[in-house]
Amino acid sequence: MKSAPLHWRVELRHVTKTFYRGRQALTVLGPLDLRVADREFVGLVGPSGCGKSTLLNVIAGIEQPTSGEVWLDGEPAPERLGRVAYMHQRDLLLPWRTVLDNAILPLELRGIPRREAAARALPWLERFGLAEFTHAYPAQLSGGMRQRVAFLRTLLADRPLLLLDEPFGALDALTRASLQEWLLTLWEELDRTVILVTHDVEEALLLSDRVLVLSPRPGRIVREIVVDLPRPRPYEIVTDPRFVRLKAEVLAELRARSTMEVQFDGT
Amino acid sequence: MARDRLLTRDRIVPLLILVSVMLGWELATRVFQIPRWVLPPPSAVVQALIRDQRLLLRHLTVTLEEVGLGLTFSVLLAIVLAIGIVSSRLVERSVYPLVVASQAVPIVALAPILLIWFGYGLTPKVIVVVLVCFFPIAVNLVDGLRGVDPEFVDLVRSFGGTSWQTLRVVRIPGALPAFFSGLRVAAAVSVIGALIGEWVGSSAGLGYLMIRAASQFHTDRVFAAVLVSAVVSIGLFWIVGVVERIALPWRRSARTET
Repeated sequence: MKSAPLHWRVELRHVTKTFYRGRQALTVLGPLDLRVADREFVGLVGPSGCGKSTLLNVIAGIEQPTSGEVWLDGEPAPERLGRVAYMHQRDLLLPWRTVLDNAILPLELRGIPRREAAARALPWLERFGLAEFTHAYPAQLSGGMRQRVAFLRTLLADRPLLLLDEPFGALDALTRASLQEWLLTLWEELDRTVILVTHDVEEALLLSDRVLVLSPRPGRIVREIVVDLPRPRPYEIVTDPRFVRLKAEVLAELRARSTMEVQFDGT
Repeated sequence: MARDRLLTRDRIVPLLILVSVMLGWELATRVFQIPRWVLPPPSAVVQALIRDQRLLLRHLTVTLEEVGLGLTFSVLLAIVLAIGIVSSRLVERSVYPLVVASQAVPIVALAPILLIWFGYGLTPKVIVVVLVCFFPIAVNLVDGLRGVDPEFVDLVRSFGGTSWQTLRVVRIPGALPAFFSGLRVAAAVSVIGALIGEWVGSSAGLGYLMIRAASQFHTDRVFAAVLVSAVVSIGLFWIVGVVERIALPWRRSARTET
């Protein structure tokens, strides 16, 4: 991790989330404490159903924590909608909008004139290899291209904090690898803080400065692994012995947790 | 590929069926010597169509005006109702049952009352058209507005969008396909609404023409008027389809992709 920051970009203080369905209460999250520094890339891995997506929903402000507080930039932030850029696992491109109009959606919602928004988006579309699809509809794009448009939309929201919820989870292995590599190179020049949720341990280690392992429901941070691999990282680093060692460490932690879950279910 | 050739099986078979029905009808009226005032042969209907074209055209204009106004008001009413129903639980509870109940009112019973209230003019016919047409549009629109993927809504919220922006950016465009489905149904039944309105009391319109011709045993003219109204229904249905394709280019592109 970099030198101690003046304030944390995000801070979760003893956050829990409980859903109520009739009389039944289901605690899916916490208590959980998390601090992410400015320009840090944090990966969250955990078994499915550990509340990873709920955690991001809480940080984004789509849902409020049942108890605890979320702080942004060193201050309590009870209202967070619009302050954080959130990318879902599903690309969620609006089918009736062209690639350009999908990408500039967050700018449009902030009242920026279309012409200006488009001028901002066009160079990015070029960089993302989407220039010739500027006026295409999402249905005409491949899964990988749709995901790039969704990522561009998240970037254009122009927020210092990006939440990525399994951004490549729905793609085939080959496309996923190429997009991970692409994000890795892109990342080096973006001044953003990222929280990445994934079930792909390799993806988390490849991209993150720090990987946090979550427990099965209710999700809690059970292990922190600092990824002290140098940047810029080439994709080939996945075969580096240090990388392999870290991967084994995370996997062992995950496996220990999931067998525990099975044992609990058995009794 | 079917678009290239004019005569494909898709076109020939329906055409053949139509032609054979017409021929059978024509033959039957001749063989069994059915009087023209009971069942005119297709040839007589075509003759009436040509002979009475000015008369038909004059009454058609009246009916078209009623249909056009009725459909326009139906769309406006349906939009107001649907947005109200979707955005307020109170409106939904109090208005939706009334909307459904309005469809249980027998138009044939209502039309004479409208006549008493509004006279022989345009108004009662337009009201009947609206009563028949607003329902399919409103119900489809409500379903369309509700059927929008909630994750789209969360997405707009996460970017700081207001609920008005959500409506404009997500709900309305997402509901358009359903809206057009409803509008197509409405367009097809709108002519019937106008005809019923005219039957009950009027001095012009295709419905009026039908009643008058029937009472004079000009059965061929009745059939000609029926034919014209059928063509109008089909035409309106088709026009809505064309507008839909122009208004929703993204659906077309999705179709060519697969």
